[in-house]
Amino acid sequence: MKPFDYQRIGAVEEIDADAGERSSFLAGGTNLVDLMKHEIETPERLLDISRLELAQIEDGDQGGLRVGTLVTNTGLASDARVRERWPLLSSALLAGATAQLRNRATTGGNLLQRTRCYYFYDTARPCNKREPGEGCGALAGHNRIHAILGASEQCIATHPSDMAVAMVALDARVRLRAADGSQRELPVEELHRLPGDHPERDTVLQPGELILGVDLPAPPPGRHIYRKVRDRSSYAFALVSVGAILHVADGKVGSVRIAFGGVAHKPWRARKAEQALQGQAATEENFLKAADVELADARGYGGNDFKIPLARRTLVAVLRDAARATEESTP
Amino acid sequence: MTNSASIGQPLDRVDGPLKVSGAATYAAEHQLDHAPLVGWIVEATIPTGRIKALDTSAAENSAGVVAVLTHRDSPAQTPFGEPDDEGRFTQSRAMLRDDRIRYHGFPVALVIADTLANARHAAGLVEVSYESEPAVTVAGEDADEKPDELDGGLDADVSRGDFERAYGDADVTLDVTYSTPNQAAAAMEPHATIAEYDGEELWVYTSVQLIGPAVQVLANTLNLDPDKIRVLSPYIGGGFGSKLGLHNEAVLACLGAMHLERPVKVVQHRRHVFHNAPHRGNSVQRIRLGASRDGKLQAIGHDSFMPRARDYAFAEPTGASARTTYRTDALLSRHRVKTVDISLIDSCRAPGHSIGSLAFESAIDEMAYRCGQDPVAFRLANMPDKDPSSGKPFSSHDLAECLREGAAKFGWDQRESAPRSHERGRQLVGYGVASTIRINILVKSTTRIRLSDDGSLIAWANMTDIGTGTYTILTQIAADILGLPAGQVQIELGDSAYPASCGSGGSFGAGSSGSALRDACMKLREKLVDIARKQESLKSADFDGARFERGKLVLGDKEVPLTELVRQSGHDYLEVEGKVEPGEEHEKYSQHSYGAQFAEVTVDRDTGEVRVQRMLGVFSAGRILNHKTARSQLLGGMVWGISYALLEELMLDERYGAFVNRDFAEYHLAVNRDIPEVEIHFREQPDSHSNPLGSKGIGELSISGAGAAVANAVYHATGVRVRNFPITLDKLLEHLP
Amino acid sequence: MAELSVNGQQVTLSDDPRTTLLDTLRELPGFTGTKKGCDHGQCGACTVLLDGRRVNACLILAVQCEGCEVTTIEGLGEGDQLHPLQQAFVRHDGFQCGYCTPGQICSAYAMLEEIANGEPSDVTDEDGVRLSRDEIRERMSGNLCRCGAYANIVDAILEAGQREESPS
Repeated sequence: MKPFDYQRIGAVEEIDADAGERSSFLAGGTNLVDLMKHEIETPERLLDISRLELAQIEDGDQGGLRVGTLVTNTGLASDARVRERWPLLSSALLAGATAQLRNRATTGGNLLQRTRCYYFYDTARPCNKREPGEGCGALAGHNRIHAILGASEQCIATHPSDMAVAMVALDARVRLRAADGSQRELPVEELHRLPGDHPERDTVLQPGELILGVDLPAPPPGRHIYRKVRDRSSYAFALVSVGAILHVADGKVGSVRIAFGGVAHKPWRARKAEQALQGQAATEENFLKAADVELADARGYGGNDFKIPLARRTLVAVLRDAARATEESTP
Repeated sequence: MTNSASIGQPLDRVDGPLKVSGAATYAAEHQLDHAPLVGWIVEATIPTGRIKALDTSAAENSAGVVAVLTHRDSPAQTPFGEPDDEGRFTQSRAMLRDDRIRYHGFPVALVIADTLANARHAAGLVEVSYESEPAVTVAGEDADEKPDELDGGLDADVSRGDFERAYGDADVTLDVTYSTPNQAAAAMEPHATIAEYDGEELWVYTSVQLIGPAVQVLANTLNLDPDKIRVLSPYIGGGFGSKLGLHNEAVLACLGAMHLERPVKVVQHRRHVFHNAPHRGNSVQRIRLGASRDGKLQAIGHDSFMPRARDYAFAEPTGASARTTYRTDALLSRHRVKTVDISLIDSCRAPGHSIGSLAFESAIDEMAYRCGQDPVAFRLANMPDKDPSSGKPFSSHDLAECLREGAAKFGWDQRESAPRSHERGRQLVGYGVASTIRINILVKSTTRIRLSDDGSLIAWANMTDIGTGTYTILTQIAADILGLPAGQVQIELGDSAYPASCGSGGSFGAGSSGSALRDACMKLREKLVDIARKQESLKSADFDGARFERGKLVLGDKEVPLTELVRQSGHDYLEVEGKVEPGEEHEKYSQHSYGAQFAEVTVDRDTGEVRVQRMLGVFSAGRILNHKTARSQLLGGMVWGISYALLEELMLDERYGAFVNRDFAEYHLAVNRDIPEVEIHFREQPDSHSNPLGSKGIGELSISGAGAAVANAVYHATGVRVRNFPITLDKLLEHLP
Repeated sequence: MAELSVNGQQVTLSDDPRTTLLDTLRELPGFTGTKKGCDHGQCGACTVLLDGRRVNACLILAVQCEGCEVTTIEGLGEGDQLHPLQQAFVRHDGFQCGYCTPGQICSAYAMLEEIANGEPSDVTDEDGVRLSRDEIRERMSGNLCRCGAYANIVDAILEAGQREESPS
C-alpha cells in the first residue's frame, strides 16, 4: 500500500470541502483495502467513515425503506422488512460473496465495488480503467467474464455487484452528499455509467461525494426472483444474473421489472424487455421475445460469447418460475 | 485403550489438538530471537529476455527498506540446473544470478524491509526495463520432443503388440482428443521461508515435502557444505507436489539472509505462488481405442502432448492410466513435450494418473457406449490378468471387485443406460463411473527410535506430514508393534538433522516411512527379548510366544515391563535404526492401488450449471493404517476430482506467458457447497508384496478417477461429451434443449 | 497508543495505518493461529471474530479496530480445554494439513450463532433458518480447504451445533 494519512471521521460535517481526488472514504474496506494492497487504489488520505451514524434501516415515506450507507450486507439481507417486502434484495445480497465479507461490506461500498476483470487486477498488464490510455488487455485476451452489453473499445469490464442489480430493479435511489455539504439524489440506475471513452470512471459521483444511503420505494407487486448463474455454487461472481419482479394477472403481465448482472459495466435494467412484456400473455414465447429484444445489441468478444444465450435462457427461466409462482399465489 | 492405537484403528490425529487450536507452527510462524526482516519478490513481467536496466534507488530510499537484492549484488550461486547429473530437486535453483529472465514471474529483485507493508510498497518502486526475446509460451499437439524419461522413471514410449494393425482391424474404433488445462496445486499455505545465517550455518524454516533434497539444493545453489545447512519443516500447509522441491522464496530468503547476515522471511503472496511455485502443465491427449464387436478391447493408443519448462526435466506420465487399466492385444503409449518459456512445471497430486484418467476414463466411457455396453460391464469385461505395459504380474488386482461392489452400493442398476434418460424438474440427472488405479511405490527410508527407561518412545526421521496423517500412522505403527499406549510415542519429523527418509510425495510416504519404522521397532523387540533372555527370573519363560502389550514383554504367564528391560541394559535408553528399500518385489510385480468411483450429477437445462449430488467410491489399497485419516485422503482426492472436472483452469495469456487468473476469486477451487454427500468404502486386502506393512498408497488414489466419474455423469445427464476440461457451463449450453 | 483487545488481552497497534488486522495478529507471538492464505478475502483462512462477527482479518486495517474485541482461534477454548467445535473437528477429521483450520473453526463458531439468530443464507427457504447440511455447506463456503475435508467439516459442525441446540 502506498502510505496515506488516516483520519477517522466522527460526523459527516467533519468531511471538509477539499476531500477530493486524492482522498477515499473507507467503510468496510473489503474492496478498497484489497485494491490498495495492489496499489490499484492509491489514496493519499483515507477518511474512515465506518463509525458514522449511518448504519440504520428506517421506515421511509409511502411504504419505502431508508437504508444507511453503513448498513452491512448481512444487516440488510437479514432485516425482516427486507426479507418480507423486498426479497429480491435479500436474495441478491445472500448470493454475493461470503458471510465473512457480507458482515463487513457496506451498502455504499457494495455499490462502489470495482470490476473483477483479470487485467484490471494485474498491474503488469494494460488496462484503461486502471491507467487511462494504456489499452485493454481483455479485448484480445481472456474475456470469459466480460461484458456483452454497453461495452466500448476502451473497456469491456463488468460491474460485479449482485446487490446493485436488485436495487436497480427495485427503482432504488441513492442519497449523496457532496464535499461542500450539498445533497442530491439519484436513481441507482443512474449511479453507474457505461465505460465509453472514460472507463476509469465507474460512477457519476463527483470527487469527495459520499453515499449517505439508499432509499427503497415500496416494492411493486409480484414475485421476486434473483437468479445468479456462476461456475462455482458459492463464493463466485455472476457470469450472468437476473433480478426480476413479475406480476401476472389473468395470464397477462401486469407489471414487470428486470435487471441483469454480470453483463455490463453497470447493473443493466432491461427496460426494452419490460416494455415488450407489458400487458402481454405470460408465455414462454413472449419471455423469449422479450429477451431477444433486450439482447439485440449484445455483443461477445470471443470468450464471453456464451453469455448472450446464457442471459436469454436465464431470463426466460426466471420469468417462467415467477409467472408460475404468481399464478399459484393468485388462484 | 491400547487397542485404539493399533494399526488400522481410526485414531484421531495426534497433531489434531495443535492444529485446531492454532498452535502448530507453520513455516512463517517460527519465532526467532530477533524478528526477521521481511522480503518481497519483484517479478519479471516478460516471458523471456534480459534485464536492460534496473533502477532500485526509489525502492532503496523508501521507508523501512534495508536492501534491494538483485543480480548485481546477490551472493554467488551455481548456474541454474547444475550439476547436470543430479535430479531436478537438487540441481541449482539460482535466481538473481544474472540478467536472464527465465519466465514471467521470475524474480528480478528481492526487496527487504522492516515490515511487510514497507517491503510490498517498495517492491512497486523497483523499475525494470527489459530486452524481450521471442518466447514459446504455448504447447499443444505440436509438442514433438521425446523426453528422456517420464516422472517416476517411466519410459516415454511403450509399445506392445502391433497397435496400428490391431486398431485398423478392430470392429469398433474411437479416435478422440481430450485436453486438460494448466492447473495450480494451490495449497492453502503459500510457500514461505525464514532463513537465518551466521556466516557459517544456514537455518531454513520452510514448507517443503522432501527435506533431504531441500538441503542438497541449497548446498548446490549457494555453494555451501550440506552439513552447514539445517532445514526445518515440522508442519506443512499442504503441498500436493508444489512443495516437493524447494521453491523460489526459499532461495531468495537464503540469499537475503546471507547477504545481510540477518534473518529474512519471505512469504509468497498468493499471486506470486502461481509463477514462483510449480504448476501442472496443460495436456492434449489423443486416445485411440479399438474393440471387437462384443466389446473386448484390442487396441489402446494414447498420445500425450504437454509443455515442459525450459531447463527443467519434468515430463508427466499422462499415459499411466491407459497403460495399465485394461487388457488389450496391442498398446501404444507415447509422450511428447514442447519446451516452453513459462514457470516451472512439476508434479501435482497424482502426476500422470490424475489428468490421464480424466481423459482416458472418459474415452473408455465413450467406447462402452459405442459398443452398446453398460459402462461398468464394459470395464469388467476388459480386466487385465497382467500389466499390459510391462507384462509383469500384478502384486494384487482388485479393480473388478471394486467396480462390482461400488455398482451395487451406488444402485447402478437403477440407471437407464441411454443418455438424457433421467430428469428431476428442470434438472437433467446423470450417473457416471470410472475405474481408478494408482501406482504403488516404495522409497528408501530410514528412521531411528529410542526407548527410554521411563517407557517413552521417540522416533526420528526427516519425513514430513503434509496433512496426510504421517505423525498419526507412525504413532500407531510404533505403539502397535511395541505394545505402547499412543501417548507414550512421540514422532519427530520435519528436520534435516534426523535420519533420511522418503519424504512426502507419490503416495509413498506412509508405506515407506512406516516400513522403516516397523523395521526399527522389530529390531528393538529383538533387543528387548535378548535382554530378557539374560534375566534369571525369566529363564523358564515362553520366549517363542513373546508378545508386546501394555508396555510389557509378555512371555506366557510371565511379563516384564519394558522400562525394566531398558534399565537392565545398563543404559538410560535403547536406540536402534530401521530402514526399508525397494527390493525385488517391486521388480517382479506391477503394484497398484485400486478403486471404482461413481457420481450422480444434475445439469440445469436452462443454464448448464453442473452440480454433483452424490459420490461413492470403493477402494482397495492394501492394509489401511488408519481408517479415519485414510478416508480423509480419499475424500480429499474426490474433491479434487470434482474440482478438476468442473472448475479448475489456470488461464494462460499467450501474449505474456502469464496466467491471468492468479487469485482465488477467479482460479476456482471447489468450495464446501460444491461437495455433496460422499460415501467411501474400503476393501481391505493387505498386499504381501507392497511393503512389510502390506499397505499401499492412498493419497493420490481417488483423484485418479473421481473427475472422470463426474464427467461421465455429465455425459449421461446431457448426451454431450465435453472433451476439453473443465466442463464449464459455456461448453454445454449450446447443446441443451 | 491505540489498542484493541485480542482474546481479552490489550494489544498496541502499529503506528503504520497500512497494517492489517491479520498482519497485526501474525506478528504477535502466540497469535499466529490466524492464517494468511491469500491476503485478499478470497480464502477465509484469516477468519476471526470482530466484536462477535466473523470477518476476513486480511481486509481490515487494524487502526479501524481500535477499541474493538477480536477473538481468534487461540481464544475459543478454555485454557487447555478445547472448545466443543475444536473437539468435533478432531473427532471428525475436519482437516488435514491444518492450515485453513483455525479460519474454518472461527467461521463455524460464528456461523452457529448466525443460525441461532435466524439470519438467512442463500439456501434458506420459506421454512426458515435451520441447522442442516445444506445450510452449513453454503455458510461455510467462504472457507476454502484444498485438502478437501469439506464433508468432514460439515459432520463436525453439525455435531457441535446439535449439541449446542440440545445441551444434555
